Amino acid sequence: MEDFRVCPATGLKVHKPAELLIKINAVTAIVFILIGGLMALLLALTKIPAIHLLPSDLFYRFLTLHGIAMLVAWIIFFEAAILYFTSAVLLNCRLAAVKVAWLAYGLMLGGALMAAVEILIGNADCMFTSYPPLQAHHLYYLGVILFAVGAILVCCVFFGTLAVAKHEKTYEGSLPLVTFGAAAAAIIAIVTLAHGAIIFVPTWLWALGVIQHIDAPAYRLIFWGFGHSSQQINVCAMVAVWYLIAAVTVGAKPVNQRVCRTAFVLYILFIDIASEHHILVDPGFSAAHKAWNTGYFMHLAVLASMIHALAVPSAIEIALRKKGHTQGYFEWLKKAPWGNPSFSAMVWSIAGFGFLGGITGVTFGTEQINIIAHNTWRITGHFHSTVVAGTTMSFMGLTYIVLPLIFRKEVAFPKLAKFQPHVFGVGIWTMAIFMMFSGSFGMPRRHWDITFSDAAFSIPFDQTAMMALHIFGVGAIIAVIGGGMFVLVSVATLLIGKDIK
Amino acid sequence: MAITSPERLWWKQPVCGQEKLWISIALVWCIFITAIMPYWHFFGKQNPSQEYYRVSPVKYGAIVDKFTAKHKVGEEAGIPVVDPPPGDIFIAGSQFVWHPILKLKSGRTYRLHLSSTDMVHGFSVYPMNMNFMAVPDMDYVLTIQPDKAGEFFIICNEFCGGGHHTMTGKIIVS
Ligand code: HEM
Ligand SMILES: [Cu+2]
Ligand SMILES: [Cu+2]
Repeated sequence: MEDFRVCPATGLKVHKPAELLIKINAVTAIVFILIGGLMALLLALTKIPAIHLLPSDLFYRFLTLHGIAMLVAWIIFFEAAILYFTSAVLLNCRLAAVKVAWLAYGLMLGGALMAAVEILIGNADCMFTSYPPLQAHHLYYLGVILFAVGAILVCCVFFGTLAVAKHEKTYEGSLPLVTFGAAAAAIIAIVTLAHGAIIFVPTWLWALGVIQHIDAPAYRLIFWGFGHSSQQINVCAMVAVWYLIAAVTVGAKPVNQRVCRTAFVLYILFIDIASEHHILVDPGFSAAHKAWNTGYFMHLAVLASMIHALAVPSAIEIALRKKGHTQGYFEWLKKAPWGNPSFSAMVWSIAGFGFLGGITGVTFGTEQINIIAHNTWRITGHFHSTVVAGTTMSFMGLTYIVLPLIFRKEVAFPKLAKFQPHVFGVGIWTMAIFMMFSGSFGMPRRHWDITFSDAAFSIPFDQTAMMALHIFGVGAIIAVIGGGMFVLVSVATLLIGKDIK
Repeated sequence: MAITSPERLWWKQPVCGQEKLWISIALVWCIFITAIMPYWHFFGKQNPSQEYYRVSPVKYGAIVDKFTAKHKVGEEAGIPVVDPPPGDIFIAGSQFVWHPILKLKSGRTYRLHLSSTDMVHGFSVYPMNMNFMAVPDMDYVLTIQPDKAGEFFIICNEFCGGGHHTMTGKIIVS
């Protein structure tokens, strides 16, 4: 049993090899958010018209890297850590196939670095979507494929661990809700990655010259089958993290587990299929097909989010009322542990995902409204609300729990940590709202020069929209500062944080 | 708690009234927003087109060139200007220009063919802010009826290569 230690805080048995894997995946994730954040700063400084920092080729190159480093590497490395945590640690169990987990890590790291290097040396100026016929160097696609194979292996190790736990009876009864949510995320991940393989392998062969032609509309369809569903992994993981943080910080207990679990099942069943809102204004599909896909399927998944949107806050309210904060409607809210960065990050995440990201997503996913939103900065504002104000914030909150629990270090600079979620939250909300605002004037996304100085026609953009770009810039800089505070606190904790005995 | 195994028989716990109420409201709302799309489709005035044909980029380029030669009335910023009669009209996205420039008449109906001769491009009409994709291998037919005179610009809003931000075009409605 020397492979285990007993956690003094929770009494859980912690498998040391699992712990090491959680650490390495989380640290790698944080390195990538640092890289992505650096790119974000340069991009934002270029988008502010008065500064317009980067030349155009570097803007597009760094935009591609920002997408890969953030959306792919930061998020998925962190999710790997979450999967190991919710299986091995929460179930009191050893991690199945530790060697496979290391292989997965190696593939993911190698793949991510390969893609990043190809981007940086100018071999893949194609954005993370790499729509053919735009072609990158074949090593870029290979990097993405290796990363995806690694991620599939992570899911396999996760399910293997669930099987081991069941077999060795390390827990009683059903899986904890958080693990159940993580399992939903892993199922969606496997489906998604299969889509990814279907489209990235031929594209890679095409870049190698083995295949002559990739059908552009088919690529867009399958890519978004992969690309959008992969966002649902993030939604699912984020919601599981909400339940986790609520349980750890205030001892929240979901009112009815049947309801919460059914909501996760709704995600698995429907969210995966509803991916065509990316191609609502593409040729190739009938209106009936689009309405069915983005209406029926997407909205049943929305129902799931609405259920969690009640279940998580109500569990928190009940827990806080039990602690004696019972006066009036809102005493519990006032007395909530706002100074705890995990808790405040979770609240920012719930509000950001729900109000900013969710509502705009459902709106823009309507076929007719999509006409005025597609590929404008509205979309960029929307997904910075979901994947940054939502998912990224919840992962930041979880980090403040994992640092003492798994790394066994006291969080360094606690004052800074206390303000970090608020700084990041204010920045991201400002940035996302003003992205959407300028997008409503038709401001295009992925665009280096909104003044069109080298174009055939210099299009006179509305002054209000130009003004909004400056406010966006202020928000972006605040967000970068908040992100920097997160990296600083995490790294300082690792390097100089006091050990917890 | 959510991080430990639930109590035995958790699946038998009845759903409380407040939760039932919330889920019902949410469900009704979801059905409502799902119904909006088809409703709008039949009763709204502006829907994405469902008409499209397969066409190779080379062939589409040839069609556009022929159309341009036939109706050309001038040139602006090096881009040919055409003045076609109502009916089928064509526009192509090519790295990094939208061509030709179209002269249209307000109140008339046109079938605007939209495609690309190379990369995927984004067709964004400014200042109306209407956005469609120009995808190679696909001819996307948008039936349009201009209702306002003036100059409209076209911005490319899908990344299509290094000169993407210089890719513009124009539609003149009289
Ligand atoms: C400090 C915070 C951040 C700032 C200031 C920031 C800023 C930006 C900017 C300016 C763009 C370019 C938009 C355009 O011109 O089309 C962008 C794109 C993007 N960002 Fe961020 N971002 C931040 C954090 C993140 C995070 C944490 C993620 C993911 C988890 C993320 C995901 C993306 C994606 C996927 C794109 C689109 C890339 C593309 O169009 O190919 N961002 N971001
Ligand atoms: Cu273009
Ligand atoms: Cu373009």
